[in-house]
Amino acid sequence: MKETEKVIVVNDLTKKFGSFTAVDQISFETRKGEIFGFLGANGAGKTTAMKMLIGISKPTSGEAIVNGFDVKTQPEKVKKTIGYMSQKFSMYDDLNIMENITFFGGIYGLSRKEIKERGEAVIEKLGLREVAKKQVGSLPLGWKQKLAFSVALLHEPKVVFLDEPTGGVDPITRRQFWEMIYAEADKGTTIFVTTHYMDEAEYCNRVSIMVEGKIEALDSPKNLKKQFDASSMDEVFQKLARNVE
Amino acid sequence: MLRPWMRCSKNWRAMWNNFKSKFLGTNFKRFMGFVKKEFYHIFRDKRSMFILFGMPIAQILLFGFAITNEIKNVNIGILDKSKDSETIHITNRISSSPYFKIKNIVSSEQQIEAIFKKGQVKAVLVFEKDFGKNLKSTNLANVQIISDATDPNTANTVTNYIQSILQDYQREINLGIPGREPIEVRSRMFYNPELKGVFNFLPGVMTVILMLVSAMMTSISIAREKEQGTMEVLLVSPLKPLQVIIGKVFPYIFLSIINAIVILLLGFVVFGMPVQGSYFLLALETVLFILCALSLGILISIISKTQQTAMMISLMGLMLPIILLSGFIFPVSSMPWPLQAISNIIPAKWYNLILKGVMIKGVGLRFLWKETLILLGMTVFFIVLSIKKYKIRLE
Repeated sequence: MKETEKVIVVNDLTKKFGSFTAVDQISFETRKGEIFGFLGANGAGKTTAMKMLIGISKPTSGEAIVNGFDVKTQPEKVKKTIGYMSQKFSMYDDLNIMENITFFGGIYGLSRKEIKERGEAVIEKLGLREVAKKQVGSLPLGWKQKLAFSVALLHEPKVVFLDEPTGGVDPITRRQFWEMIYAEADKGTTIFVTTHYMDEAEYCNRVSIMVEGKIEALDSPKNLKKQFDASSMDEVFQKLARNVE
Repeated sequence: MLRPWMRCSKNWRAMWNNFKSKFLGTNFKRFMGFVKKEFYHIFRDKRSMFILFGMPIAQILLFGFAITNEIKNVNIGILDKSKDSETIHITNRISSSPYFKIKNIVSSEQQIEAIFKKGQVKAVLVFEKDFGKNLKSTNLANVQIISDATDPNTANTVTNYIQSILQDYQREINLGIPGREPIEVRSRMFYNPELKGVFNFLPGVMTVILMLVSAMMTSISIAREKEQGTMEVLLVSPLKPLQVIIGKVFPYIFLSIINAIVILLLGFVVFGMPVQGSYFLLALETVLFILCALSLGILISIISKTQQTAMMISLMGLMLPIILLSGFIFPVSSMPWPLQAISNIIPAKWYNLILKGVMIKGVGLRFLWKETLILLGMTVFFIVLSIKKYKIRLE
């Protein structure tokens, strides 16, 4: 296992909507097993950039390679090797836990045996045995988010994209959620995560901050704080945002 | 160098395996998983279940039994100022017909309004004084029909029916007397001799239900995935957008076909409405209409972000025009020309014409090719438009 194996390689990636440039020539790389924080204010272009990386939006120019596949020309192959979880709870409320797992496992082409084994493991790990037959809609949000994360990992992707995964979740669950993220990263999965919580940014190995379509800062939280002479990531973020105004 | 397909054709087994893995293997399994999930959604949602299975049956029975233009056992009153053998004969004739029941015999004009106000009768027949005598001596006697026109349709029908009973009687007494035989009108109602209302409303209800199930339910169910964020997850998955759409739409094709069969069976068993033409043609045209409605549903779901919007567009943009302008309730030919023009762009109008043609007249494609082509054209148009809009969304 090479420590420096590159999982996502982005070069001058650009997205224009008419005359508006949403993402302006961003470049970065992420390594295997890294937790990469993708920060930015609302409208800074995070979501647009992420959509290009997960293969549902075509770049205007530049390139992005995910797991060795070009998002421009091989979006289908990219999709097979990534996991995705959005800020909205992205499972079916009217299906129970195992039905959801069966469905999502099925669309990623897992065999019946794999679905059963991995599904049981998830239910066991999250302690959801007692509610396994209940429709997911009746579960508390915290449980749902942890479940959604596990389902996004069901097909064992090499990278998982998390779009504000802890929005609206209580602090204790958020902490547990991050413990799950750490455990997954330790297994070698790359975590690409967007968030609005600056304390969560501190948990990342490296953080990039987008301002108006450009990446204005990219380093480990420790180095960023040194670079901007700040005591917390929140201060770093504030200083960057203020510079623009 | 051999192209891949040429290499394939060299070895049938390899080709079959290729076919299996492509269409019956992972993809097929994925597709079936998708369909299964869709059925969970439908069967677990009471509203969907009601629209799918309660509505068609309720509508057919309602239209069949309650909302009908036919009259039966209508109460009428008689004011007989003459009371001779002629008037008694006529009164008996009226009361022995299945359409009327003599409810009141009144003795003065003043009483007529009283029984109308109480709602006891729909019409009153008034014989003048010396009716029989006048008839014999001058061959001219007066009889008056007074109707309660609060409900104009019933008033009209009742008046017409009484008139025809009187005319029949007149023809009989003039029979054989030279010079007293006026033009005799003999009308025959082709295709629906008994003028059954079911012949008109059943194709109409079928059109409405199929549109409702196919277009509205599909658009709502796709919009729901968008609203809940699951559509995004599906698009990020290895499923192709087209597979997602087909997976969503397929269960509704299946349910629409079942609905069509249920409606036709109900029509036949409960109301005795047969299918005169070819079942095969009927099935083909129905599938075509379902596809047309589905493509409309997909288009609606692409332009609407929430279930609410999808439902509003379906109800206002589809259901109202279908009910008002497709010729289901109001005949298109008696509409003002702007409305007639609009009715041409409503797919339901053409399907309704086709249904009536096949079911009632028993005609084939030779007479319905125009309607079929129009429906086909509309389907293609909606599909192309959907794909275009969808691509813009994805950009």
